[in-house]
Amino acid sequence: MALLLLRRAISGAAVVFGVLTLMFFLLRLAPGDPARLLVGPAATEEQVAAQRQALGLDRPLAAQYAAWLGRFGQGDWGTSIATGRPVARTLAEAWPATVSLVGVSLVLSYLIGIAVGVLQAMRGGRLDTALSVATVTLFALPGYWLGLMLVMVFTYQTRMLPAFGSAGFDSDFLTGWERVADRLRHLALPLATLTLIGIGGTARYVRGAMLDVAGAPFVAIARAKGLSSTTVALRHVLRNALIPVVTLLGLSLPALFSGAVFIEAIFAWPGVGRVLVNGVAARDYPVIMAATAVSAALVVAGNLLAEALVGLVDPRVRGGTRRGGGG
Amino acid sequence: MTRGLWSDRRAAFGIAVLAIAAIVALGAPLVAADPIAQGDIVATRFLPPLSSDATGAFHLLGTDRFGRDVWARLVYGARISLGVGSLAVLVSVLVGVAVGAAAGFWQGWPSTLLLGLTDFALALPRVVLLLLLASLWQPSAGLVILVLGLTGWMTIARLVHGEVRALAVRPFVESAVGLGASDLRVLVRHLLPNAMTPVIVAAALGLGNAIMLEAGLSFLGLGVQPPTPSWGNLIASGRDTLVNAPWVAAAPGVALVLVVVAATLLGDAVRDRLDPSLAVRRAG
Repeated sequence: MALLLLRRAISGAAVVFGVLTLMFFLLRLAPGDPARLLVGPAATEEQVAAQRQALGLDRPLAAQYAAWLGRFGQGDWGTSIATGRPVARTLAEAWPATVSLVGVSLVLSYLIGIAVGVLQAMRGGRLDTALSVATVTLFALPGYWLGLMLVMVFTYQTRMLPAFGSAGFDSDFLTGWERVADRLRHLALPLATLTLIGIGGTARYVRGAMLDVAGAPFVAIARAKGLSSTTVALRHVLRNALIPVVTLLGLSLPALFSGAVFIEAIFAWPGVGRVLVNGVAARDYPVIMAATAVSAALVVAGNLLAEALVGLVDPRVRGGTRRGGGG
Repeated sequence: MTRGLWSDRRAAFGIAVLAIAAIVALGAPLVAADPIAQGDIVATRFLPPLSSDATGAFHLLGTDRFGRDVWARLVYGARISLGVGSLAVLVSVLVGVAVGAAAGFWQGWPSTLLLGLTDFALALPRVVLLLLLASLWQPSAGLVILVLGLTGWMTIARLVHGEVRALAVRPFVESAVGLGASDLRVLVRHLLPNAMTPVIVAAALGLGNAIMLEAGLSFLGLGVQPPTPSWGNLIASGRDTLVNAPWVAAAPGVALVLVVVAATLLGDAVRDRLDPSLAVRRAG
């Protein structure tokens, strides 16, 4: 198992490296000149050329790549072209916001999604149909639109919850519980948006996995032994149905981070997604590269975590007899 | 098979909604006014749904802040959103089938290389890539189609790879080879037609996803540019007027959800129908 995880970690690192290399060359090949953006539209050609030289953009592509890779590998992520702040510090401030939002939403949407899926598979009938309609609708909701609708209802109409940022303007003056409450109120809408969407996909998948397992012979035997239907469902069916669900958890992480990009843009949540969107708008190369590296690394790390979890849930994987992670 | 599909409520709903959306989008000039026309802005802006303006024109879904008819913009937006979504899925299917078929048919290094490429592309953060590509080049419908298509083929490639490998050892393929059929003929005439069923399901599910992502890019201002309406930039434009005209953002969102639900349900129904073992187990 440890060996398997190590192998996965190495291939994960290779993916991050590949993503960065791809991004580097795409950025350099694309039209648009950060030097020109930086000096402004009124600058002369000489000023643009001087700025390009100062940024090192006038050197051959391969030399730029080698120099950048060397610095990036040593942890020197450069300074933002747009704001002049160190990129590493900007991202160090941003990633906890994204991880806390995505992490809490992941836990909530899986807990609720699994509960709904199990209920559907156990009960069937009208309840199953009604919940199926609900989950497919949640699954089809675009996050940015659901977010706007929640803002409309809870911020503009009932004035219950704030819609922007992760803390109020006065949060520095709040103490103890008031500060916690302020944070939670700001977290509520982005978290609700991301979680509601996640529930749809998870519940649909859990219901399918439960029904697939329910046809297996060992389930018939468990029933024949006279176990109650609840015991059969929870102890026998759910445990086996969870294996593909945990794998799905890893595979759904990229989508979740993608969703978070939109949610962060809507709610001005100070995370990696917003840094990336702002960086893209300003053609801020160092910021884009670093934000890409951090989001790719978070996705790879999440996949590793899911892989380890599959090992916990499914003893067969631990022996290394089954290759995990396949979709 | 088609008759069987109609008896499935999910499929009937999916086909009906998608068909209506496609017909309305194609016949846009017949069912809606000019989506960009502005009358007297002060008199006609922010009219609520189901109201008429001074000239007697009826606005089913009201008007936006420039006095433009929301229904007209929704209908013309459907052309862009559905068109871009379908073409993007087509690109994904073409690339996915080509990669998956080649990887499944030619074992050895071509297979290893192509599967490695697929795994790598699968690990790429799709939205990050979309954001970058859409922001680096001038945003346009063509670019969005290309980008969505080129980031969505991996699932299809994996499915086709699995099918082709499983089919390649079947007797009918051996007999085709024995009769002297060329590699390409075996692949195109015998293997691929039998491997298409999971592709259809993946394409239906991918359609919903592509429409949603197109709208997302347009929402961030990186997709189809206003004043050309697309469901994404309609939602984005309604964002600023959520307080006094919530219908501007609500209408395209509801349309989007309906279409994505329809594509998803259709995909579910087709999958259950094509995989009878699953359907029997689910019924029992």
